[in-house]
Amino acid sequence: MATIRVLSLILSVLSTTTLLWTQSGECNNGRRSGDAVETDFSGFSVPLEHSFELDDVPRFRLRGALQFRGGRENGVHLSQNQLSEKDRNTLKDVAAVDGLYRIRVPRVSLQVDRQTERQSEGYLTAFVRACSLVESHLSDVITLHTDVSGYVIGISIVTIPGSCRGIEVEDEVDLEVFNTTISVVAPVNAPAPETAPYIERMEQEMEKKGKNPQEQKSFFAKYWMYIVPLVLFLMMSGAQDQSGGGAGGGAANGGGR
Amino acid sequence: MAWLVVRLAISVSLLYTASAVFEDQVGKFDWRQQFIGKVRFALFDTHSQASKKLLVATDKNVFASLNSRTGDLFWRHVDKTGPEGHIDVLLMYGQDAVVVVGNGRLLRSWETTVGGLKWETVLDTGSFQAATLVGVQDYVKHVAVLKKSAISLHDLSSGSQIWVENLPDSDTVQYQTIYSGGNGLVFVLGVVPNSHIVIVEYKIEDGEIMNKKSVEAAWMSSLENSCTVISSGILLCADQITQSLYTLPLQSAEQKEMRQIHLQTLDLEVASGFQPVLTSTRPNPAQPPLSEFFLQLSPDHHILLQLKDGLIAPLRDFNPSYLAAFATSGERTVAAVMSPKNDTACSINLFSADTGRRHLDTTIIYHMDPNGGKPNRLYVHAFLKKDDSVGYRVMVQTEDHTLTFLQQPGRVVWMREEALADVVTMEMVDLPFTGTQAELEGEFGKKADGLLPMVLKRLSSQFILLQAWLAHLWKLFYDARKPRSSVKNEVTIDILSRDEFNLQKMMVMVTASGKLFGIDSKSGTILWKQYLENIQPNSVFKLIVQRTTAHFPHPPQCTLLIKDKDTGLGSLYVFNPIFGKKSQISVPALPRPVLQTLLLPVIDQDYAKVLLLIDDQYKVTAFPSTKNVLQQLQDTASSIFFYLVDSSQGKLSGFRLRKDLSTELIWEVVIPAEVQKIVAVKGKRANEHVHSQGRVMGDRSVLYKYLNPNLLAVITESTDTHQERSFVGIFLIDGVTGRIVHEAVQRKARGPVHFVHSENWVVYVYWNSKFRRNEFSVLELFEGAELYNSTVFSSLDRPHPPQVLQQSYIFPAPISTLEATLTEKGITSRHLLVGLPSGNILSLPKMFLDPRRPEVVSEQSREENLIPYAPEMPIREEWFINYNQTVSRVRGIYTAPSGLESTCLVVAYGLDIYQTRVFPSKQFDVLKDDYDYVLISSVLFGLFFATMISKRLAEVKLLNRAWR
Repeated sequence: MATIRVLSLILSVLSTTTLLWTQSGECNNGRRSGDAVETDFSGFSVPLEHSFELDDVPRFRLRGALQFRGGRENGVHLSQNQLSEKDRNTLKDVAAVDGLYRIRVPRVSLQVDRQTERQSEGYLTAFVRACSLVESHLSDVITLHTDVSGYVIGISIVTIPGSCRGIEVEDEVDLEVFNTTISVVAPVNAPAPETAPYIERMEQEMEKKGKNPQEQKSFFAKYWMYIVPLVLFLMMSGAQDQSGGGAGGGAANGGGR
Repeated sequence: MAWLVVRLAISVSLLYTASAVFEDQVGKFDWRQQFIGKVRFALFDTHSQASKKLLVATDKNVFASLNSRTGDLFWRHVDKTGPEGHIDVLLMYGQDAVVVVGNGRLLRSWETTVGGLKWETVLDTGSFQAATLVGVQDYVKHVAVLKKSAISLHDLSSGSQIWVENLPDSDTVQYQTIYSGGNGLVFVLGVVPNSHIVIVEYKIEDGEIMNKKSVEAAWMSSLENSCTVISSGILLCADQITQSLYTLPLQSAEQKEMRQIHLQTLDLEVASGFQPVLTSTRPNPAQPPLSEFFLQLSPDHHILLQLKDGLIAPLRDFNPSYLAAFATSGERTVAAVMSPKNDTACSINLFSADTGRRHLDTTIIYHMDPNGGKPNRLYVHAFLKKDDSVGYRVMVQTEDHTLTFLQQPGRVVWMREEALADVVTMEMVDLPFTGTQAELEGEFGKKADGLLPMVLKRLSSQFILLQAWLAHLWKLFYDARKPRSSVKNEVTIDILSRDEFNLQKMMVMVTASGKLFGIDSKSGTILWKQYLENIQPNSVFKLIVQRTTAHFPHPPQCTLLIKDKDTGLGSLYVFNPIFGKKSQISVPALPRPVLQTLLLPVIDQDYAKVLLLIDDQYKVTAFPSTKNVLQQLQDTASSIFFYLVDSSQGKLSGFRLRKDLSTELIWEVVIPAEVQKIVAVKGKRANEHVHSQGRVMGDRSVLYKYLNPNLLAVITESTDTHQERSFVGIFLIDGVTGRIVHEAVQRKARGPVHFVHSENWVVYVYWNSKFRRNEFSVLELFEGAELYNSTVFSSLDRPHPPQVLQQSYIFPAPISTLEATLTEKGITSRHLLVGLPSGNILSLPKMFLDPRRPEVVSEQSREENLIPYAPEMPIREEWFINYNQTVSRVRGIYTAPSGLESTCLVVAYGLDIYQTRVFPSKQFDVLKDDYDYVLISSVLFGLFFATMISKRLAEVKLLNRAWR
C-alpha cells in the first residue's frame, strides 16, 4: 500500500493539466522552471515586417519591433509605427482587389541561454486578406508559436472580425493605428494517462465499502424476501403447466412459426 | 451505490457496443487470403511418389508448405521481418527441411508433414556464405555451414555441433562455397579475386585439415556466380572474357592449375556482357553430382553439356530457350527446357539428362499472360508413371511474383498471385450499373431532344427492363430445377454489377512489384490484373480515383502516380478500375520531380476531377488539361491553396495558385529539424461526411465541433532519444492560412506514432518510454457553445481558436496500424480499427476515446452517456472483427462506406488480405438474417381478419339493437 502511495504521489506531481489556449495577451509558455536557466537579461527585439502590394509581389517593410522580455515569463511587446498616408491608400487599394496582407518575422529563439545562436536563416510568414484588415479597422491578433526549446516556429495573424463584407471604411483615422493583440504560445503538455486520481478514486470506493457494509449489500441480499416468493410462485405455475398442458404447449410452439 | 451505478453504466454501454460475429456468420461476408511473398527457394518433396508437398522459402521471410495439387497452404511460418528473419538457404532431405535464418544466426530443422520445429541451434557469429548436406556412404547425417571465417558441422538429427574450425587466412581469402562428395571429406572453396583459388579439405569426423592447396585463376572474381561442382568432384567454371570453361579435380594433388577449354572448340560463344551461368544437378546429396550440366550463354540460349573422361561434349543445344531445370525421379534425371513457341506461348519439353534425347509426348504449353511478367524461374516435379516413363509437372515463376503450376498438356492446375503479399495502396471503386440500369440512367443524363423521341426512348427502356425481368425470372426457374451443387457462383467481369446496397465493390490494389489487381470485394476473386514493367523497386505509389462510376456513359477512371523515391521523377498511369484496361487519354509528361498532388473538386466536361501536380520549381501541371479545365482553374485560382512539407528541414509552406497557373508562397512554418523531425502529415479524408455539427450536452446545450476541412495533423518526433527527454509533438495546422491551431508535446514519448485524423478529432498512439507501454491519446476540437459562421466554413475567416480537449489512455498491446470506420452519411458512430501485431483487428468504439470522459460521474455526464474515465483501455475478444482469421503482418487497413449507412467495408492488408464488413452501431437499417417473416405476416393477417370479423359482428349487433 505504501508503495502505491509513493507512486501516486509521483504521478500526481508529474501529471499536468492541459493548458488551453489563452486568447489574448501574454502567455505563459508552460515550460517548467527546470528547463530555463535564469540569467540577467534585459530583453531583445526582433523586427516585424509587412507587405501589401497591388501586384502581389511581396516587398517587406518594417511594421514594428517585437520586444521580448527575457526570463521565465516570456512576455512580448509590440511597438509599431502608424501607417502613412501612402500606405493607407495602398492598403485600401489592395483590399479592393482582394490582395493579401503579409507579415513576417525572422526565425529566432526566445531561449535566453541561446543568444549567440538566436538568429537562424529564413523567415516565418503569414497572411491575412487585406480587406478583412481594413474592415476590422486594423485590429488584428498576432500569435507567435514556439517549440519546446523556445524557437519561434510559426506566426499567425487573424483579424477580428475576420470577414470581408465589402463595407467601405470612410474614416481615414481608422486606418492609422494598429490595434494589435500579440502573444507568444508555447506547446502545451499533452496529458499522460491519469492513473493516480483513478487509483485514489478506487481506494475511496474501497474504503467506503469497508466503512458501511450495510449499504453495500448485494441486490439479492436486500430483496430476497420479494424474490423468493416470486420464484416459488413461478416454479409452482410452471410445474402445473407441464403436468396439465404439455400437449397444448407443444402445439402453441409449433403454431408460432 | 454510486459505484454500482457507474458499473451499471459501463456494462450498459458495453452491451450497446458489444458486437461479434455469430458462428453461422463466419465467412458469410468476410474472406481471407494468405500469401507467402516472392519465392526464393522451392523444393518438391520427392521422398515418396504420392507426396503433394512443395516447400517454399520467400523474400518475406516466410517458410511454408504448399499443396502441389491445389496451391493451398499446408502450413506457414512467418519469421521476423528484415534481415533478422531472412532465410539464407533451404535444404531438404527426406522428411527434414534444414533452414539457415538471419545471415547465419540460426540453424533450424523442420518436420515437413506438419511443419513442426524439430530442433534449432544458434550458430556462431559471422556472415553466412553457404551450407550443404554432408553424406557418408549414401546416407546424409550432417549439415555443414560455411561462414566468412569458420566452418561448422552439425548433426542432422539433433542439430548438435560436431565441430567448428576457423578457416585459414580468412582475412585475405573469400570463402564462398562448400562441397562434399560423400567420401568423408568436406571441401571449402575460397577465392582471392583475380589471383587464385584456395581449396581446403576437412575430415568429417573431427574437422582436421587433410589438405590445402591454391590454384592460379587470375581471371576469377567470384566463385559463387561462375562455378559449380560436377561429376565426381570436379570444379567447373565459366568465364566470359576468356570465353572458356575451366575444370579442376578438387581432390587430385597433381594438377596445379585449371584446365582451360575454349568455348570455340565446342562452337559456342557467350553473348557479350552476359555472365555465363552453369547449372548442375545432384539427385542425392550423399552422392556426387551428375556429369551433365547446363550452360547458359545468353538470356535465351541454353546448352546441355556432358563431361566424360575429362572431355566436355555438347549433348543438345537449346536455342532459343528461356529457362532450363533438372529434376530427378527415382534413378532417372530429366531436364525440362522452356522455349518460345510464339508470341504468347512457350512450350516446355522434357529431355533425358544423360543423352539429351527428347521424351515423347511431354510438351506442356505455357500461355504467357499478356498482362503479366516474363517467366524467370522454372521448378520441375518429375515422377514415374505406371508404365515406368517419366511424367512431370512444372511450376513457373514470373517477374511479377506469380506462381503457375502446370501439368500436361498445358492445364493450369493452380495459380498464386504472390505480388499481393506486398500491397502498397488500394482504393475501392463502386461497380457500374447493369446495362438496363445504365440505360435508365442514360435517359436522365441526356439532353432533352423533343417530346416524341423522349416518349419513344422511355418506352424502349421500359421494354428493355421488362425483357431483363423476364430473363431473370426464366433464369430463376431454370436454376431451381437444377440440383443445387451444379449452379455455379462464378464471378466474371461481365456479370459484375452494383448490388442493391452497394456492398460489393471493386478493390483496386497496387503492389510493390508494380502489379495492379482488381478484386471483387464480395468473393475475393481476382477479376483483372495488370503488370507494369520497369517499375523501380523503391517506387512510391499514389492511387487517385478521378472519375467514379456515377457518370455513365463515361467509364470510371483511376490514375496511378508512380514516383521514384531517389530521383522524385514520376509518371502517370491512367486506367479503368473496373476492367483494368489502360486508358487512351494522353498523359502529361513529368520532366521534373513531383512534390505534391492535389485532387480538386473541379471537374472537366467529362466529369473527371482535376489532378494538380506540383513539381520542385513550384510549377503546376493539371491533368486533364483541357481548355475547359484551364478556364475553370483560372476562375477559381484564388481559392486553390496547397501545402508542401520538407521534413529534412522541418519546413511546411503554403502556396496559392495564381491566375496564370504559377504559384506564390503565402505562409511558412519551420519546425527546427535539430530538435524534432516531422514524421507524418495527414489531412482528413475527402469523402468523409460529418452528420452532426455538435454534441448535445447533459444540460441540453450544444457544444459545436470545430470542423475545419483544411486542418493538417503534423506529428514530430524528437531527435533526442533519451527516454527522459524524448517527446512526440502534435501540431494542428490550417493548410490554407498556415495558422498553428494547436501545439502539444507528449513528454517521455517515442514513436512509431500511428494516428487517425477525422471529423474534429485526432487519435494517436505512441510508446511511453518511461513506463514502457503503448498509450493512446485523443484530441478533440470544439468551437464552443456558439458557431462563428454556421453556414460555411472558411479558413480565412475563423478568428477564434478552437477549444482543445485531450485525454490519454494506456493501451495494453502493441499496434501495427490504425484506421477509423467510414460510413455513407456519417450518422453511424465511429469505431477505430486497430491492427495488432498478433494479426487481430480490434474494433474499438470511439466512445472510449473521448476526452470528455469524466473523472467523477455526475448527473450530466450520465445524461450524455459518457463512460467514466479509466486509464486503461479494455481489449475484448469479441471486438476482434476477424475472430480467428488473423492477418499476418498487417500493414494497412482501408475503410470504405457502403450504400447502407450502418455498414462500413474494411480491408486489412499485410502479408494476408482480409475483407469484412463492420457495423459500428449494429445493423439498424437491416432486418436480421433470422427475421421471422412468417410470424409477422401471420400476425398481420390474423389481425386483419380479426378486424374484418369483429367489424361484421359489430354491424350485426348494431342492426339487432336498432331493431329492438
